[in-house]
Amino acid sequence: MNISKLSKHVVLQGGTILDPVAGTEKKGDVHIADGKIKSVGKVNAPKSAQVVDCKGLVVTHGFCDVHVHFREPGREDKETLETGSLAALAGGFTRVCVMPNTDPPLDSPESIRYTVDRSEECSIHIHPIGAITKGQDGKELTEMGAMLSEGAVAFSDDGLPVTDSGMMRNALEYATMFDIPVINHAEDLCLKKNGVMHEGTVSTHLGLPASPDITESNMVHRDLELTELTGARLHVPHVSSAKSTDHIRAMKKKNEKVTAEVTPHHLFFTDEDLVNFDTNLKVAPPIRSNKDRKALIKAVKDGTFDCIATDHAPHTIEEKEGTFDLAPFGMIGLESCYGAVNRVMVKENKMDQVALIQMLTVNPREIMGFDTGLFEEGMDAELTIFDPKESWTFSRKDIYSRSHNSPYVGQKMTGRVKHTIVKGHLTNI
Amino acid sequence: MQHKHLLGLENYPAEDIQTIIDTAFSFREVLDRPIKKVPSLQGKTIVNLFFENSTRTRISFELAQKRLSADTVNFSASSSSLQKGETFKDTAQNIEAMKIDAVVMRHPAPGAPLHLTEHIDSIVINAGDGTHEHPTQAILDMTSLYEKFGYLKGLKIGIVGDISHSRVALSNIHGLKTMGAEVTLCGPATLIPPNAEELGVNVNYNLDEVIEWSDALNVLRIQRERMGGGLLPSVREYRNLFGITPERLANHKKELVIMHPGPMNRGVEIDSAVADSDQAIILDQVLNGVASRMAILYLLLGGKYEEGKN
Repeated sequence: MNISKLSKHVVLQGGTILDPVAGTEKKGDVHIADGKIKSVGKVNAPKSAQVVDCKGLVVTHGFCDVHVHFREPGREDKETLETGSLAALAGGFTRVCVMPNTDPPLDSPESIRYTVDRSEECSIHIHPIGAITKGQDGKELTEMGAMLSEGAVAFSDDGLPVTDSGMMRNALEYATMFDIPVINHAEDLCLKKNGVMHEGTVSTHLGLPASPDITESNMVHRDLELTELTGARLHVPHVSSAKSTDHIRAMKKKNEKVTAEVTPHHLFFTDEDLVNFDTNLKVAPPIRSNKDRKALIKAVKDGTFDCIATDHAPHTIEEKEGTFDLAPFGMIGLESCYGAVNRVMVKENKMDQVALIQMLTVNPREIMGFDTGLFEEGMDAELTIFDPKESWTFSRKDIYSRSHNSPYVGQKMTGRVKHTIVKGHLTNI
Repeated sequence: MQHKHLLGLENYPAEDIQTIIDTAFSFREVLDRPIKKVPSLQGKTIVNLFFENSTRTRISFELAQKRLSADTVNFSASSSSLQKGETFKDTAQNIEAMKIDAVVMRHPAPGAPLHLTEHIDSIVINAGDGTHEHPTQAILDMTSLYEKFGYLKGLKIGIVGDISHSRVALSNIHGLKTMGAEVTLCGPATLIPPNAEELGVNVNYNLDEVIEWSDALNVLRIQRERMGGGLLPSVREYRNLFGITPERLANHKKELVIMHPGPMNRGVEIDSAVADSDQAIILDQVLNGVASRMAILYLLLGGKYEEGKN
């Protein structure tokens, strides 16, 4: 991977321009002048312009991930805002939202300001999500108003659920003043107990403590009802089960303030992949049955899910090298995202490519209130260029995160990100 | 033997289980001799790596190793450097660096023996991994049933007690199913795993019906720490519903073989009058444990393993 400053004039030549806002795909060029979009389609650039050959490639908006963990401050041994940015660039992501479960958590205006300032130095755009409750302990609301002024874009205690229904109601009600999404990591901890995987035939065979699908869907259902009650905006993260999907689909029919995301790994793997006790597949919520996976794929296609989010969660080798019961929950996912979801959704399940790319670009931006018209003249160039057809095998050398906890190593991918353009720089991957 | 290691009985070949059982009977003869030692594994070094307390299994393995003239080293978590923060991987690799042939491991985490095979080249024998498998226990149970009945195919075995937290139950289920026996699980609904039927077994909460159905009952230890929590109300309630008492057995006019992997909670899951009766083969299980483990060690370390067939 190499990152270089964009020349004064750059032409992305001969590619297919996929405009996720218009929902169109057309052959054409893109002219970038002084780091900004000059023209799209037929371009008239000076001869001296730097040319990026895009033949056979698709040029689209930079990918946006509303759910990553960059571990800074506190666990810089796992990831920093810089190393996380490199992982993002390698995966075609130009913009991410970082979850606040750092050490200390992002639960104050000062910590939000710290993240915003630090992200200035990074190679992609990073937006902090603030904690819902102080210390993420579910007891006291954070100063949401002040945190928003400092640059928070949403609120979540991700990693932990807001267990107390009264507190969740308060958080949603309070957030209505600002019209920003509240994101609750839905797992009923009383039902989860010490569960480390999905409860089913596989967990019985492996002898691992497990939790059933309703561990998630019960709380998703509660949150949806509270959203209805309060009129707030709810974004449901990393949906893993068929039952949750049904609840969300039903509520979305009558409440447009509900949005939801699904991760690549819940679309790609099933609990049967855990038979070798691969700790990289230990995630929360857990990888579920093939029946759940199929329901998630269907929900991607029918629009129940608004976006794909990786839940990129780096952990050290030392932590993941231990036994399954003790390993922390989470896997990295930025670098492998496109090749994995494109394989599952477009190649294997015949989804329209434009619709999938919308879930990586315009849809997540709309949820977070970011600019979406990225092909308009004068916009800062924030683009991703990928080969939709390339078959390849994901390997350790494709990882740029500081951590290597990826179960995709050795997995076949379809489609590969080739270039990422953001903040005045061109990355060749 | 088709597998280099013995990690569990799920998908373990029937012919290999039968070979182990047959070999165990040859070693039973050795154990009846005045000099109970053969030179089969002379020069082989085996490490007993116990990350969890165990008396019976460890002694049984150690005796089996000594009877086969292997050199053995015992390592237990309490006396180890694990408490100094050394990782599982370091411990494993350090031990292997000392040039050994096999590791017998007990570990509280399901999957730990498989994990160990990724770090070392030695033969790994699972002596119990958390709530996952305990294959040598299941093999000694099957050896004992074979000794008693002369066959396994078609036998009806009831397994009674805490199935959810039992590696003995899971390995027995896999082994018995492979050998053509039928299995019924019996115990409190809170201690039987969901989807248990998908393991190819019956589930019946009525102990009397299970007694009526079974040729043999394998009675599992019920951990006292499970009592009074959310899973079980009390010892009294458990005894009433699932305790193997002479009164209960007297209601059934039939020959029934009683097994228990030990250690027993006398007066909880099984009464002394039953445990010490002629129908119990609990002490035969202990002796067969040594013979079966001798057979397993001999077959895995004795050079009959053909490289490439794994």
